[in-house]
Amino acid sequence: MGTGFSVIKHVMVPDHQIMTAEEIEELLAAFKITRDQLPNIYHDDPAVKEIGAKINDVIRIVRNSKTAGKAEAYRIVVKRPKK
Amino acid sequence: MTSPKRVGKIEFGLLSPKDIRKMSVRKIIWADTYDDDGFPYPQGLMDLHLGVIDPGLRCKTCGNKASECPGHFGHIELAKPVIHVGYTRLIRKLLRVTCRNCGRLLLSTDEISKVLGPEDERNDDTISEKDIKKERVCPFCGEQQLKINFEKPTTFSEVMLDENGKKNEQKLTPADIRARLEKIPDEDLRLLGINPAVARPEWTCLTVLPVPPVTMRPSIILENGQRSEDDLTHKLVDIIRINQRFKENQDAGAPQLIIEDLWELLQYHVTTYMDNEVAGCPPARHRSGRPLKTISQRLKGKDGRFRGSLSGKRVNFSSRTVISPDPNISIAQVGVPLAIANEMSFPIRVTPFNIDEVRAMVLTGPNRPTLNSPCGANYAIRPDGRRVRLTDQTKENIAEMLEPGWTVDRQLRNNDVVLFNRQPSLHRMSIMAHHIVIMNGRTFRLNPAVCTPYNADFDGDEMNLHVPQTEEARAEAELLASVTENILSPRFGGPVIGAIHDHISGIFLLTHEKRWFNKSAVLYLLMNSLPEHLPKPDKVENGVEYWTNKQIFSMILPDDLNMVYRSSSCLNCAKCKHEKCAEIPNADNNNSIQDAYVKIVDGNLVCGTIDKKSIGAMAGVILQRIIRTHGLERGRQFVDDVTKLAIRGIMYDGYSFGIDDEDLTKNEYGMISEALDKAEDDVERLIRSYEAGTLEPLPGRTLEETLEMNTMQVLGKARDSTGKIAGGHLGLSNSAVVMAVSGARGSMLNLTQVAGCVGQQAVRGARINRGYEGRTLPHFKKGDKGATAHGFVRNSYKSGLTPTEFFFHAIGGREGLVDTAVRTSQSGYLQRRMINALQDLKVGYDGTVRTSGGRIIQFKYGEDSTDPAKGCAGDPVDVKGIVESILKEEVRK
Repeated sequence: MGTGFSVIKHVMVPDHQIMTAEEIEELLAAFKITRDQLPNIYHDDPAVKEIGAKINDVIRIVRNSKTAGKAEAYRIVVKRPKK
Repeated sequence: MTSPKRVGKIEFGLLSPKDIRKMSVRKIIWADTYDDDGFPYPQGLMDLHLGVIDPGLRCKTCGNKASECPGHFGHIELAKPVIHVGYTRLIRKLLRVTCRNCGRLLLSTDEISKVLGPEDERNDDTISEKDIKKERVCPFCGEQQLKINFEKPTTFSEVMLDENGKKNEQKLTPADIRARLEKIPDEDLRLLGINPAVARPEWTCLTVLPVPPVTMRPSIILENGQRSEDDLTHKLVDIIRINQRFKENQDAGAPQLIIEDLWELLQYHVTTYMDNEVAGCPPARHRSGRPLKTISQRLKGKDGRFRGSLSGKRVNFSSRTVISPDPNISIAQVGVPLAIANEMSFPIRVTPFNIDEVRAMVLTGPNRPTLNSPCGANYAIRPDGRRVRLTDQTKENIAEMLEPGWTVDRQLRNNDVVLFNRQPSLHRMSIMAHHIVIMNGRTFRLNPAVCTPYNADFDGDEMNLHVPQTEEARAEAELLASVTENILSPRFGGPVIGAIHDHISGIFLLTHEKRWFNKSAVLYLLMNSLPEHLPKPDKVENGVEYWTNKQIFSMILPDDLNMVYRSSSCLNCAKCKHEKCAEIPNADNNNSIQDAYVKIVDGNLVCGTIDKKSIGAMAGVILQRIIRTHGLERGRQFVDDVTKLAIRGIMYDGYSFGIDDEDLTKNEYGMISEALDKAEDDVERLIRSYEAGTLEPLPGRTLEETLEMNTMQVLGKARDSTGKIAGGHLGLSNSAVVMAVSGARGSMLNLTQVAGCVGQQAVRGARINRGYEGRTLPHFKKGDKGATAHGFVRNSYKSGLTPTEFFFHAIGGREGLVDTAVRTSQSGYLQRRMINALQDLKVGYDGTVRTSGGRIIQFKYGEDSTDPAKGCAGDPVDVKGIVESILKEEVRK
């Protein structure tokens, strides 16, 4: 696009990181959940595209929180369904 | 108990004609129901094979009596297929995406892969109507496709172009449609998201119609002995009649036109039998003109089978009556009429330890003699589960038979825990547990301080009361839902319960400035919350001891309470006078003493006036601090004490309000009139400068907008100045001023409108401009832009409005009414959607918020795992409060 614009750099966009396999393992064990119990994020989400995450990757989102200072959330990348 | 079963999957499909015939026990051919002897016709709609509703008869299918027979389906063979209205959308889609000749999906294998991805990577995505271009050629047989038109409710047609390029519509009969749907191959259906094993598309065109069992459409016998059939039966009669005629005409070889008419009529009847509210179809009506309630109407909507019968249920052990106030009971109590307490019960098991007590209850029987006598009992349940009603005749016998193992339904007695509720139940404080107090009269009594969470008033409101039926349920109600537990709202982390209206006026009058009371007055005021001993008198005059009003208030405070804040009546002076606020008259405000700086040291009110901010519902800083330092129970005690003290306080001086309280002197009326005249002159001047073209437009505004804004501003200021004039005359000796200043009710604006000037009436934030051409009313000249012509009401409510002013006022008032009506319905629906989305979410022990399926919604509740009700107005820790209680002086954030 040439403008050098990246959503990730915008102040309002929280930090998105792709998690490693070990981190995911730990996360799932800590919450005693399976992958399909994680919240979803679409593969064509602008931030997901920007960090180059693939379907089935798990993303850690660290955002500033009014109540807790920093809050972490985890989302699994899924294909956007049609329609 | 059987172990709970997990639902593996739910499959939705269509009934095939084969299925319908298989489940049918009888082919129905006669439209009649009963013969002259009142006996059902064989193969009629009330055939005995379909189940029985009359007592005494036996079902010819299962041999059971009316109470045991569940009913059985029959069927009607339709002369020609008809479309099922519920599937017109699906039929339209299928006709448009498949070939009219070979029936295959109008996409080649490559094209399918393009839409859905390669064969091995496909998920649940399906092909939609949009994926297929209109009027194309079939990729398999090369047939040119035609446009399919659909006309509500059930007409399909193909659009053909003749040689001249003229459009020519050809109607498709249900039989044609059925033939086309039959041709669609199974594999293509799967791509469209249809499982052909359970839902072949041609099954949406009915060839045979199931007849529901009579148990689903019972006939009722009227008082005059006449039978009245159910709406569904009526509709089925219509269907059979037309079907019969159709068949006869068909067999007789009637002309095509007649056949088509009958076919359409049959389609209409079958359509309205399923859904009598389809668009583009006149609803079938009863002889009386009432639209029939057919299948879809039974299921749909608020009173339908799902929302009305399955999710919503009636409940036992509940009662409902009008509420009325009783400030003498605690907020955690509810007054229950004796008649209700006698009717409702709680089951207790008889044990060797309580048998004497229970026997006494049984002996009292169903009617306890007086309010204060011990409760009786309504039923006794024997160990074998048989219920015996206690009457005055049977009670002695049963009391004798009573032994451990029995259960007795004991009537309600004082201090029982009940759940109390007022609809709409918008938040959790709409259902709270109260302890009952049995009272005379026929209404539920509740303390006015709990009106706020229930949003109740006493203009005829009714409330519901439920009695928990097990010890566990009682404990849970008490521990989780009691009023005490719910003083703090999770909405804003402060008390929802607190003083209202007269409580606030009362405590304001009592604590304002400094007053002295002798011993009998002090005891009168504290009658409902007598302290163990009185503090040292503030002064002794002529041997008589006097206590200050502040000392009296301090007596209901905990001894170690320390706080400093400004009350609601604080004027936010540029330079705060702190403690001196109670001594130095305020020059800005009639030289009255404000006394708005509240300082409490070691449980003693040093200075300041107690008002809405201190103890009011939804405000209440003292109450909140007491709960944080001394717990909810002490908080409840404080609410009870303070409301009772306030009521004694307001009664001690007496309090009234009447129309002449708003009388001003000639002097003030002159000033008000002068101010308004001046404002009207100013508006005239503005208009003149507008007309002369000398008006300077505001940035970004047109000249007209500027004029409007300036007039609004001038008139607004004028109204406020009349308020100042009126307020200057009416000091704290005026009841309305006390209410406005203390925050009890009303505002200085209300007072302005009563005594000074009602002011500009507005619609959508602008002056009133609607009405006739160029003017609002024929009383004004066209193009008049003056104040009076556009809704300025110069009179006050007390002086009375002129007819035109009254009309403008009604316009402005109506806008408010419409707004509230619209807002409540909108927020109600929003609430319903929100509750449906959130109802099964749960906070787990690990702090995660999850759905019932274990999916995570939040990894940490609220990101910080704190209960907003346990925090302080949003902050988890009340730092300011802690510092204040140590330093015992004001702390600025």
